[in-house]
Amino acid sequence: MSDHLRELENQSVYILREAYKHFKSLCMLWSIGKDSTVMLWLARKAFFGHVPMPLVHIDTSYKIPSMISYRDDLARRWGLTMVVGQNRAALADGMNHTRGRLTCCSALKTEALRRTLDGTWPRLVMNAAGQYEEDPAPEPFTGVIVGARADEEGSRSKERYFSPRDKNNDWDVADQPPEFWNQFKTDFAPGTHVRVHPLLDWTEINIWEYIERENIPIIDLYFDRGEGTRYRSLGCEPCTGCIRSTATTPTDIIAELKRTTTAERAGRAQDQEDPHAMEKLRREGYM
Amino acid sequence: MTAVTSESTGVEGTTAADAREEAALASLREKMNIVIVGHVDHGKSTLVGRLLADTESFPEGKLEKVRAICARQGKQFEYAFLLDALEAEQDQGITIDSARVFFKTAARDYIIIDAPGHIEFLKNMISGAARAEAALLLIDAHEGVRENSRRHGYVLGLLGIRQVTVLVNKMDLVGCDQAVFDRIEAEYRAFLAECRMVPQRFIPISARDGDNVAHRSARMGWYKGPTVLEAVDLFRKAPKRENQPLRFPVQDVYKFNRAGDERRIVAGRIAAGRVAVGDQVVFSPSNKLSTVASIEAFNAPTATAAEAPDCVGITLTEQIFVQRGELCSHLDDRPQVSTRFRANLVWLGRKPLALGGEYKLKLATCETNVRVAEIQSVLDASDLTTDKARTEVRRHEVAEVVLEAKRPVAFDLVERFENTARFVLVDQYDVAGGGIILEGLADALAPLREEARSRDFEWVEGHVTQRDRAERFGHEPVLVLLTGNAGVGKAAIARRLERMLFDRGDAVYLLDGRNVYLGVDRDLAASMNKAEMVRRYAEVAYLFLDAGQIVVSTSNTFALADHAAIRTLIGANHVLHVHVGEEPGDADIVFDEAVEAEGAAREIVTHLAQEGWLVNRPD
Repeated sequence: MSDHLRELENQSVYILREAYKHFKSLCMLWSIGKDSTVMLWLARKAFFGHVPMPLVHIDTSYKIPSMISYRDDLARRWGLTMVVGQNRAALADGMNHTRGRLTCCSALKTEALRRTLDGTWPRLVMNAAGQYEEDPAPEPFTGVIVGARADEEGSRSKERYFSPRDKNNDWDVADQPPEFWNQFKTDFAPGTHVRVHPLLDWTEINIWEYIERENIPIIDLYFDRGEGTRYRSLGCEPCTGCIRSTATTPTDIIAELKRTTTAERAGRAQDQEDPHAMEKLRREGYM
Repeated sequence: MTAVTSESTGVEGTTAADAREEAALASLREKMNIVIVGHVDHGKSTLVGRLLADTESFPEGKLEKVRAICARQGKQFEYAFLLDALEAEQDQGITIDSARVFFKTAARDYIIIDAPGHIEFLKNMISGAARAEAALLLIDAHEGVRENSRRHGYVLGLLGIRQVTVLVNKMDLVGCDQAVFDRIEAEYRAFLAECRMVPQRFIPISARDGDNVAHRSARMGWYKGPTVLEAVDLFRKAPKRENQPLRFPVQDVYKFNRAGDERRIVAGRIAAGRVAVGDQVVFSPSNKLSTVASIEAFNAPTATAAEAPDCVGITLTEQIFVQRGELCSHLDDRPQVSTRFRANLVWLGRKPLALGGEYKLKLATCETNVRVAEIQSVLDASDLTTDKARTEVRRHEVAEVVLEAKRPVAFDLVERFENTARFVLVDQYDVAGGGIILEGLADALAPLREEARSRDFEWVEGHVTQRDRAERFGHEPVLVLLTGNAGVGKAAIARRLERMLFDRGDAVYLLDGRNVYLGVDRDLAASMNKAEMVRRYAEVAYLFLDAGQIVVSTSNTFALADHAAIRTLIGANHVLHVHVGEEPGDADIVFDEAVEAEGAAREIVTHLAQEGWLVNRPD
């Protein structure tokens, strides 16, 4: 194994185990994308084939349909505890991206996530038969594992491995706790919660190198399926564009990324509206 | 072979196979984390922006994005803006956190942490520097050595970063004058020497204009040494830790029964050394011995050995009771164990570190409360004076202290092992300071600890193991130590508890101190040698525990110090401390004096079950 993938894997596994040890009510966000799927795989590494915490997915209802079937298929095969949240009220009111991409993201992702995590909105949980049913008593999560990478975007490069959020989900960038060596913030005041970032040191290329090495069954939207295009980043169908590419394997993608000079999220329309879009969304609790 | 002609790559005519080969080579390249520190406004962000631009490390979108922001805000583009990606930062004009960015040279790939210089952000500088392998420290040629130049230098030493290159920046502002450079070098070298640090080299640069960063300066022909890019390539990777003696801090013990997995896996990250199937290992401070049965991993080939710095899991042949916080090693080279040690620390808490104050210590995976027993000296970085008569350590100060832990801690000294010599202190909810252990100090219990250790190592076992007994009885051996003043109802609780456990089918015995005194201590009756009585009581209890029993203990003759002695001889893992009444110390369970025996006994049973000592039986 190359030394740097080994280092990255070790650090992520250590962080996941620290999170599991310290947070009684812990969950992992799974967007179905490559990063959080790698994170899910790292959890199986950390816990010797098991995933002992629930996985939370926020369904905007505008996701590419194969993302949902892929999610449920993997959840059944790997024995995952799957939790799904949604902004039902906004959807009933017809929310969509034509009302402004940031408005739409705020309602369907940020707000839905916040209310799903704090347990104030209903959660759908996959039962033993592989069907979703409503969780009768959703408890707030105090530890949330998130697949953010420092190299994705300026605001993400400021994150800590363990990053506290206050009652309003606010992130105080200017006043973050120190992280000495591998001692993380695992003590927190009632009402606050901690975001855990096991993938902080990974780059987009590292993700693909690891997918290749471990043979992780990543969703096929990332590959060219015969039309000369693929997704580089996954999101909602109306706001996520394909790139021209004939890559059909992780190896092809790695080779392609070594040559590209375009930013990863260039295909994500919401970033283009405002240069500080991501930071604004993240302050409100976007991942 | 298909040609890669997509827009996203921006490259035509190269074959995918070439690209793949290059990618494969790239993934084998060496990586290094470096940190850039120094006083505020001495040019850290500018240097990073310059390094990235000169090594062509920006993705295409980024430069344009920052230029667009500058244009919109009517500002002239500066290299520093490239890093200051956050609005808040650009408004304040100072970097507020350790942003991570990436650049590469011919030799290797770098992750560079732009640590801030503003004094308020020392904790961010530390977060950045704590994960760095080498440091670039900037000093403004015009301003000279400032407070944070010194503080950062000192903290780098404390964090164990030995590779430091000092960059004297803004040489253009002093006419590229060698005399200015030489003066700063002499002054700062002398300071670092006091901190027992030797910098690798000093380089005169202008980050803004690019002199001696990626390219040799035409204006400073007098400087013959390497450029910044050449200097970072001269940093060396830390020596591998797998050849050191084994240090394996237990991070957790997993048993995923519900998923039908019967393995009991001791998990953690190997801090140093190597462990192999068949090795006899010892866990400190509990002195538990066992043998490695297997190395466990998911989606990996079966291994018979594991080494630093990997996260691993092991199973053991004898199912001993070990917990997070213990340090696994081989028998011939064990960590120190004590409750007292001398340490060097930097304090970041809003409230000062107080002499006599209590904090949570986190060292490797061990967490326990400590008290500040002594503040030996405090260094003031602004005027470099050392104060020896202080009762507190204020924010951003560095001090030498003696810490006293509630429970014995396994640790090493920083010269031998870094990872098991470093610690942080938590004040309420916040990590408020960090440091390194310089020296282990003997405490009052050291002789008893040594007795327990040699006893445990030489213990002769029969063919019926601890595990056999635990499986037969349905519980782990444990001493329930009831403490409190006379007349608070301990005896009643102890008797009710014994009956309750016995009726569940547990192997339980009420060991009254009086009964040990009547027989075992007969020869001590005249001398009333209290310490020896405590020792004998604990050793008798230990025999019962070795026989797999739950021992319920109550005695008014033992004082608080005696409980520590009993705990030391028996091993903290096998003691549940229940206190009734006031001054509970660090008891696991505390009851009011008014508690009635039935409820108290029931609560103790529940606690034993929750902590994994009891196996729940169907009623």
